[in-house]
Amino acid sequence: MSPRAAWRLESLGFGEVYDYAAGKADWLAWGLPREGTSAGMPTVGDLARRDVPTCGLGETLGAIRQRIRAAGWEECVITNDRRIVLGLLRGKGLDADPAATAEEIMRPGPTTYKPDTAAAEAGRRMSERGVRGLLVATPDGALVGLLRRQETERAGEDAS
Amino acid sequence: MPKDITRGELQRLLGREVQLVDVLPAEEYAESHLPGAISIPLKLLDTSTTAGLRKDAPVVVYCHDLQ
Repeated sequence: MSPRAAWRLESLGFGEVYDYAAGKADWLAWGLPREGTSAGMPTVGDLARRDVPTCGLGETLGAIRQRIRAAGWEECVITNDRRIVLGLLRGKGLDADPAATAEEIMRPGPTTYKPDTAAAEAGRRMSERGVRGLLVATPDGALVGLLRRQETERAGEDAS
Repeated sequence: MPKDITRGELQRLLGREVQLVDVLPAEEYAESHLPGAISIPLKLLDTSTTAGLRKDAPVVVYCHDLQ
């Protein structure tokens, strides 16, 4: 649709016309600002906590555990130097051998949600599946943050 | 000839004198659109609906996605 619009504008005498062919879907998927009636409805990108701890593949569990629990977390996202999500550490995995590396213990390839996913919908899915949190990542796999189910419930209460 | 523009290039242009046009149907524009975009649905794109746009400034058009 937009290529035709761009050519139509050119035919109308506009000299410098650009086509953002990836469009609104691309813009929203990256969690960029939006306007309109849906702008007031929170997305997972809006609510995700950016300060979720991260670590590299080679960090030892003992060091990770000490660091994240001191900050009040029970999760750690394993990323590379581009913040691409490689794995997740949480739950019983955190109580394993302190000399083990994140790579040995992590849950690889955790499910991630794009930032423009509606928070209410994500909250419903988490409730149905008994999941307490989910990871939010950009379309190229870079970590945005972690969203806890209670945050979606709180947002729902605020909206009602 | 129209040129393709990436998200990053568009973000850099938005701080300048660019005119952003959403060519989706009006109801889709109302639901969500890029900051500062105006709505001119493709089916309504003609001399009269574009009269408010400057011809000496860049115009960026977009729809939903690659279609």
